Amino acid sequence: MITIHYFASIRELLDQSQQQLELPDRVSTVDELIQHLISREPEKLQLLNDSSKVLIAVDQTVVDRNHILSGSEEVAFFPPMTGG
Amino acid sequence: MVIIQTEDFDIKTEYDALRTQTDEGAIVTFTGLVREHYDLANDNAGKVQSLYLEHYPGMTEKCLQDIAEQAAGRWQIVASRIIHRVGELKAKDQIVFVGTVSAHRADAFAAAQFIMDYLKSQAPFWKKQTVSGSANWVESKQSDSEALKRWQSQ
Repeated sequence: MITIHYFASIRELLDQSQQQLELPDRVSTVDELIQHLISREPEKLQLLNDSSKVLIAVDQTVVDRNHILSGSEEVAFFPPMTGG
Repeated sequence: MVIIQTEDFDIKTEYDALRTQTDEGAIVTFTGLVREHYDLANDNAGKVQSLYLEHYPGMTEKCLQDIAEQAAGRWQIVASRIIHRVGELKAKDQIVFVGTVSAHRADAFAAAQFIMDYLKSQAPFWKKQTVSGSANWVESKQSDSEALKRWQSQ
């Protein structure tokens, strides 16, 4: 089971902060997970394709889109960070 | 030490905590305040009424710890202390504290600046500001990612 978290503007745009799902067999990378999510809700989740506006962390470490998933991770989608 | 909190912090208390770590050399402290005018180039931009700080619990602490360890790997620092507030803040409130302790001032200054530069764009915090009654997420700034480059090229 994958746990997905959405933060900040992405959380608001999706009106959702968290979801859980079983990774389908054909999904093995972060990008494939994104395409899977988009196929379920195209209009709403299309924004995840924009790599300049959406960063990804797997198990709380920032990764790129070809990062391999095993199926039990915590995946987070969020905009570029603005701390300090 | 890394602390994420909603409450305000007291500089003297934080300074005293750092001072127990050494009895010679240098302590550098930095405090960031919430801007009243976020867009300094535009006088008509309006005043910031409030600022909401969201973070990713767990990952935030991990990232700040990692930044502190990187600083300790690059400079001779005895200790560092990072406090970042989250939740609802007002203009002029204290938002972030960074303190570094070293036998030498150059190391203490450099490590504090490095920690601040990394924290701005590499730790999962997001600011939402309310200006003239409308709330908007603050966009990341090019100048913040450029501030990182000078450390990466050294």
